[in-house]
Amino acid sequence: MAPLIVCEDLWKVYRVGDVEVQALRGLSVTINEGEFVAIMGTSGSGKSTLMNILGCLDQPSKGRYQLGGVEVERLLPDQLAEIRNQRLGFVFQSFNLIPRTSALENTQLPLMYRGLSLKEQRALASAALERVGLKGREHHTPTQLSGGQQQRVAIARALVTSPSLLLADEPTGNLDTRSSDEIMAILEGLNHDGITVILVTHEIDIAAHAAREIVIKDGHVLSDRTVHDRAHS
Amino acid sequence: MPTFVWLTVVTALRILQRNRLRAGLTMLGIIIGVGAVIAMVSIGEGAKLAVQKQIASMGANSILIWPNYTVVSGVRGSQGVVITLTVADAIDLKKKIPLLTETGWSRSGSMQVMSGGRNWSTTVIGASPSVLSIRDWAYSSGGPFTQTDMDTAAGVALIGQTVVDNLFEPGEEPVGAVIRLKNVPIRVIGVLSPKGQSPSGSDQDDVVMIPFSTAERKVLGTSFLGSVGGVFASTDRTEDVFDAVEQIREVLRSRHRLQGNRPDDFNIRTQIDVAKIQEGTSETLTGMLLAIASVSLLVGGIGIMNILLVSVTERTREIGIRMAVGAKRLHIMLQFLIEAMTLSMVGGGIGVLFGVTAAKLTSIIAGWPTIISGKTIMTAFGFSLVIGLFFGLYPANKAARLNPIEALRYE
Ligand SMILES: Nc1ncnc2c1ncn2[C@@H]1O[C@H](COP(=O)(O)OP(=O)(O)OP(=O)(O)O)[C@@H](O)[C@H]1O
Ligand SMILES: [Mg+2]
Repeated sequence: MAPLIVCEDLWKVYRVGDVEVQALRGLSVTINEGEFVAIMGTSGSGKSTLMNILGCLDQPSKGRYQLGGVEVERLLPDQLAEIRNQRLGFVFQSFNLIPRTSALENTQLPLMYRGLSLKEQRALASAALERVGLKGREHHTPTQLSGGQQQRVAIARALVTSPSLLLADEPTGNLDTRSSDEIMAILEGLNHDGITVILVTHEIDIAAHAAREIVIKDGHVLSDRTVHDRAHS
Repeated sequence: MPTFVWLTVVTALRILQRNRLRAGLTMLGIIIGVGAVIAMVSIGEGAKLAVQKQIASMGANSILIWPNYTVVSGVRGSQGVVITLTVADAIDLKKKIPLLTETGWSRSGSMQVMSGGRNWSTTVIGASPSVLSIRDWAYSSGGPFTQTDMDTAAGVALIGQTVVDNLFEPGEEPVGAVIRLKNVPIRVIGVLSPKGQSPSGSDQDDVVMIPFSTAERKVLGTSFLGSVGGVFASTDRTEDVFDAVEQIREVLRSRHRLQGNRPDDFNIRTQIDVAKIQEGTSETLTGMLLAIASVSLLVGGIGIMNILLVSVTERTREIGIRMAVGAKRLHIMLQFLIEAMTLSMVGGGIGVLFGVTAAKLTSIIAGWPTIISGKTIMTAFGFSLVIGLFFGLYPANKAARLNPIEALRYE
């Protein structure tokens, strides 16, 4: 298994007024292609900070981050945008769908920035929505969908580009148990198809879906263990 | 990229439709600006064409000289008492000034003209035959009188369309008919082509034109033989008109023995002067309206910028989402630029409708001629586009420079 993610000595320092907050303190981790990783840890331990860096939304203050062989930390904003568009899918706790815009159009969004024709966008987006079980809801706007359905739209948007890495920061944090199970089933399915999935969660039974569990504390890895061997090669 | 642009335009229109009132208020400046530009240019162009037509109707290179009776009160008291401009002056001008192709002279007066049972009060002009060519009169039927008519003080006349309409039945042939001026029988030998209103607003077709000698001796009468109401001259080329005017002044001052700084006892006006006055007023008006329009467009542009800045703030999170799924800076920039341009284009479009309506209403209500040209509309519309682009640039750039993670966290 080739390493997809290699992080070495990552630091992230926020400065709020005179106070310096060290969100990451020399965190190192390697994640292979096809893994299903759960990241856990107390609130404020730096999980979201790490996810944002892994998702190329933010950059570390110090340290090395290699994604699929590319040194990410020195890239320009537009190059990061390119990577986000081509290789990554991101699912947020708060769904982050564009309001008053249909599920289909939300799902099309990454494809539009890829420059695909409208026909291709529609076809791929419809297929992605069907995959997350939202066939027939293509023209609903976020307010016309339940929380679980909104999160499924967000997953459809993340998987529509066939990314190699799917990052989900507490995707079930705002959902009830049933919706959470549905979301987890979808993520497991995606991982089964070979997509590397990294998931942040507070819930042990959610983390149990993953093959590897990394616990973060005060900005560095506290423990890293393989729970059971479900990762795909 | 074309798909992206097209989809963004659709999105922009949707947002605009969602915030109709806000968009409407934002576009008001552009609407007023574009509307004002179109109305103003249409009216201005119409007025210009009307003036040009009038000038052409007066003979573009013609020069008019008329006596100034009130130069020294008491001495030159009233018309007909002291004679300042004569046939001899006119003939001498032609002889001494080679620039002048022709000179003519005329006298006029108001008079009743009769034909059959009808009569009509009109202006009778006694003119030398050359006046007809200097003033570019054309004939809708018949033809001009000649030097022989002049020499013999023949009872012949050319009549204008207004006189024809008032003296003759429709379909009746005026040429060959005999009309009466002060009981003097006069045969109509031609009908003058209609010229319409003069720049001063009088009806140039309400006229009976007869040979000068006939007017002097039989119709209008005179207290001094050879006294004229006006002398007409013309040059070959328009650029010679001003030189000719100077030379005319010199010749007349010397003939009239006006020495030193004694004022002229005559007035000279050229069609170019008339045109200048007209153009001057219309240019002032145009300038004022253009200023209003520019201010309005500027205010409109600032309005667009303002609403876009609000929009960028309101939609910070959306910008973050777009960036998170791979929008590059150019995409974000284009999105807001397209929104700005959509606003200004829709505003411009409504402005065009308003402008055209205003111009049409002006021409109907005030009776002013207006010319609505495609070029004007395209220019005004194009201008509104440029305004949108220019004032959209700053907010668009501001949006594009947002940091994705900060934009996503924005509450
Ligand atoms: N933009 C920021 N500015 C300043 N400090 C920040 C910022 N973002 C995060 N932090 C700080 O960094 C630390 C780690 O935050 P992070 O969001 O990564 O925690 P987390 O592990 O995701 O917590 P939670 O489980 O509550 O989501 C926290 O102490 C937080 O206050
Ligand atoms: Mg978090």
